[in-house]
Formats: sequence, structure tokens, C-alpha cells
Amino acid sequence: MASLPFAVLVALALARGRFPGKALLDGLVHLPLVLPPVVTGYLLLIGFGRRGPIGEALEACCGVVFSFRWTGAALAAGIMGFPLMVRAIRLSLEAVDRRLEDAAATLGASRTGVLFAVTLPLALPGVLAGAVLAFAKALGEFGATITFVSNIPGETRTLPAAIYTLTQTPGGDAAAGKLVLIAIALSLAALIASELLARRLASRIAG
Amino acid sequence: MLDVEISRRAGAFSLDVAFAAPAGVTAVVGRSGAGKSTLVAAVAGLARPDEGHIDLDGTVLFDSGAGVNLPVRKRRIGVVFQESRLFPHLSVRSNLLFGRRRRRDAAAPAFDQVVETLGVGHLLSRRPRSLSGGERQRVAIGRALLSGPRALLFDEPLAALDAERKAEILPFLEALIQEVSLPVLYVTHALEEARRLARGLIVLEGGRIVAAGAIEETIAAAGLASAGDRLLDGVTVEATIAERDERYGLTGLALGGHRVWVPGLIGAPGDPARLRFLARDVAIALDPPQRSSVRNVLSGVVRGVKRGDGPYASVSVDVGGAVLRAEITRRAAAELDLAPGRVVYALVKSVAVSRA
Repeated sequence: MASLPFAVLVALALARGRFPGKALLDGLVHLPLVLPPVVTGYLLLIGFGRRGPIGEALEACCGVVFSFRWTGAALAAGIMGFPLMVRAIRLSLEAVDRRLEDAAATLGASRTGVLFAVTLPLALPGVLAGAVLAFAKALGEFGATITFVSNIPGETRTLPAAIYTLTQTPGGDAAAGKLVLIAIALSLAALIASELLARRLASRIAG
Repeated sequence: MLDVEISRRAGAFSLDVAFAAPAGVTAVVGRSGAGKSTLVAAVAGLARPDEGHIDLDGTVLFDSGAGVNLPVRKRRIGVVFQESRLFPHLSVRSNLLFGRRRRRDAAAPAFDQVVETLGVGHLLSRRPRSLSGGERQRVAIGRALLSGPRALLFDEPLAALDAERKAEILPFLEALIQEVSLPVLYVTHALEEARRLARGLIVLEGGRIVAAGAIEETIAAAGLASAGDRLLDGVTVEATIAERDERYGLTGLALGGHRVWVPGLIGAPGDPARLRFLARDVAIALDPPQRSSVRNVLSGVVRGVKRGDGPYASVSVDVGGAVLRAEITRRAAAELDLAPGRVVYALVKSVAVSRA
């Protein structure tokens, strides 16, 4: 969830911006989508680990530690869901009628004013869809998480990791089954909620 | 005063215009592709001219020499687009107030007054998609007015509407345009609209101004009245309301030394009014008719007789204070021996005179 503002920013840059290195940013954002998750997790470990350049700096300045903590699991989930979120938001931003933005400008709206009063509200269904996709991806994220922060009970054991652990344990089938049901329920609930919201938004926005 | 002198090249097309539009409505007419939309975009700040300058009441909006290019939002030019461009996610009320909320310091007409003039009071809580085309345009006009503009641009605001909707919205436009004292550029390809609303006219063709000036003179000079709208051809004149005939429900207007009677009680004595005489409704007589139903008999002098191809002839009659045009047959012109300098009487039925 914390990655949403970043995703909107990146999507804006990709949809509207013209700057050197745009293709590079585009590639970088999509990297987690095409790389094997374990590779992403390994890169995170190198970068954000306690000895990693970013991890070390973050710990020194703000006392934030990612490696082998739940924060790290969240970071891995966020990174893995990021490309999906950016793609959905970017598509919906590109679909917003630029002529409406022009009209807003003639009425005295500044660039940020246009963004918040016109562009983002009109792109909201896409933003929402992106967030749900990322949430689903994050829920299922396994490879990068287990590589980056391992599978520590009570700290970094995510739902898939827990299910995996239980299936590897004799007699854990029943518990695993319960968790599977929870996973299904969570995913379905997210999907239905987003569908309902998107429909309401779309009917409000449809011109 | 909106002072424009710009050139802009885009591919094979180039726009190269210079004009000044005073307070009041100046119509810009031209075929599609004449550069009307480019002109609107340049003045509004949505497209950057290659060269030139745009001044509005002493404020420089654009000057290629001095490197000034005021951003759209700071130009304070209200634009009414052809496709209304209302914000679909906002209510009519929020749409109307969109500009006002962002320019609290700007002088704008009162919200209630604009809503009343445009007749959109009952729509305030609705959303744009549930409005008819005419209603949408009315809201768009109100939105532009309420943003506190120093000039208004209308970019073919009625082009997307059918004849019925146009007829519905024109009276609102007229009423509003009379009230504002801003420079208004009204872009259209419909000459009739321009005639009804504007006092000045700019004729664009292939990105150049081919004629400009007071509306009727310019239409005549540019030879715009084509065979297609021959029957709607006519002149608009300025008159003053002089008296009212309450008993018969007529209003008498002073036009030159004449009294012109029109049906209906309109305005108060002393008020200005614009009258429209269609050329097909004006007849010519050599003697004043005796015992006739025609109420308006205006003596004058023939200024010119234009015989076109086909059976028609167009006669201009100077009645003192206005030059009326009469569309008659060539045969009538020949049999009455009409020629410049001849004293004639222009006959117009009261019911054929409309307020423009």
C-alpha cells in the first residue's frame, strides 16, 4: 500500500513525461516482472541487507532495517507488485482526455491543480485496479521474500511461506488447508471489492 | 482590447493574422481548415505561435521578441469549446465553480445571476452526462464566465448541436453577450450565428484574414452571402425604441427618420435594439402604397442594383441611417427601371421584421 504514491508518480512520469532515461526507467520498473523472483530477492539482499550499500545507509540514518524483518517482507512484496501497479495506472492516465486538462488550465488550475482535480479522479478506476493487482501479487509473493528475508515464524513468514512450511511438516495438512481457505477468501474479497468500487467509479465518471 | 499579431506554421498549414478585437463580440468565420481553431488555441495559450505578440488590455500574454509566453492558467481567457468539455466526475455546480474557486480575487459575475441567465438552476446537482447537448453548452458558458475572465473565446460552441438546440441556446448567448463588456471572439462557420451575435467580423481563409471590420459591411465586401443562403440574406441595423402601442401590442422604433413597427412590446423607450431585415421580405415600390397592410414604408434612394445569374436581383436602398437590401426578380427590377439614384419606397411587413 505504501508503494501506491510512488507508483502514481512513476506512472505519471512514464505516461506524460519526456526526459532522457525514460526507457531506462521503464525497463527498471518492469524488471521484477521478468526476472526470476529469487534473483530479485537476491538483489534486494545485496542492496538492502545490513551490509548492503542502501541497507547500511538506511540503518545509519533512520534506524530502519529490512533484512530478515517483516519490513523486508513488505518491501519485497511491494517491489514485486510495483510493475503491475505502474502498468495499470499508466494505462488509465493515458486514457484521460487531455482536452479536459486543457479546459481546466483555461479556468485557472495550476499543473498540480489539474492533476488532483481532473487527471487523478478520472484515472481512479485504473489506480484502484493497479492497487488490487499489486495486492494480489504481494499476497502470493514467495520467491523474492524467502530469498531476501527468509521464513522466520512471527516475523517474515508470509501466507504462502506458511502454507509451504506446513505442507513440508508431517500432520500439517489440516492447518495448511485452513490457510489456503484464508488465502482464497482474502483474494476473492479484494477482487470483489475492487470490482464494485471500479463499477461505481466508472458510472460516476462516464461522460 | 485584444490585440493579436501572430504567425504559426504546422506542416503545410500556416496561420498569419493580425487584428484587434475591442470589447464586444467579434465573430471569426471561415471554412474548416481556415485556421480558426489554431487561432483560438494560440490566443488561449494552448498552442504556441512561432512569432508575434498577443496583448490583452495592456497585459502581454505572448511576445516572441521579449520571450514572454504566459501560461494558460494565467491568461484569464475563458474558453467555451465545441464539445463543452465539462468535467464528467463533477456535478454541474462544481463544474460552474471550478474556475471561480481558483481565482477568488478575479472579478466575476455573481453565481446566482449567471445561473439564472443561463437557466441552469434546476441542473446544479446533476452530472454532465445526464444533460442534453444544449444544457451542457449552457453550463460550459457559465463555467467560463464565472472563472473571472478578461476575454472570452467561443470555439464553434453551437456546431455540435442540431437546429433545435441551437435555437434553444442562442437567446441565452445573446443575453449574456449583451451583459459582458469584455472582448469576445466568437468562432463559427455559420454566418447567421455571427450576424445575430457579433458587431465585428473577421473572415479567415487559408490561415490569412481576407476581410475584417463591421459585420454587415464585411459580409458584403467579402461577398459571403452565397447562393445557398440567398433567402436568409439580409441586413441587421441598429435602431432605438421610440414608442409602444399597448393597445395593439406593437413597438415603434426610430430608424433614421423613419418609424418601424415590430410586433410585441419590447424594451423601454430609449433602449437600443437591433433589427433584422431579410432581403426576401423587403419589397420595392415607386409610389407609397395607399390602403395597404404593410406598416413599414421607408422612403429612400437606390444605391445599387446587383443582377446575378438566374432570375434574381439584389437592390440596396439607403433609407437614411441604414441600407436595406431587397431581393426581387430581375424582371421587377427591369420593369420598375431601378437604377442608382432613383427614389423608391422600401416596404416591410411588420411581422417580417425580427429582432436580431
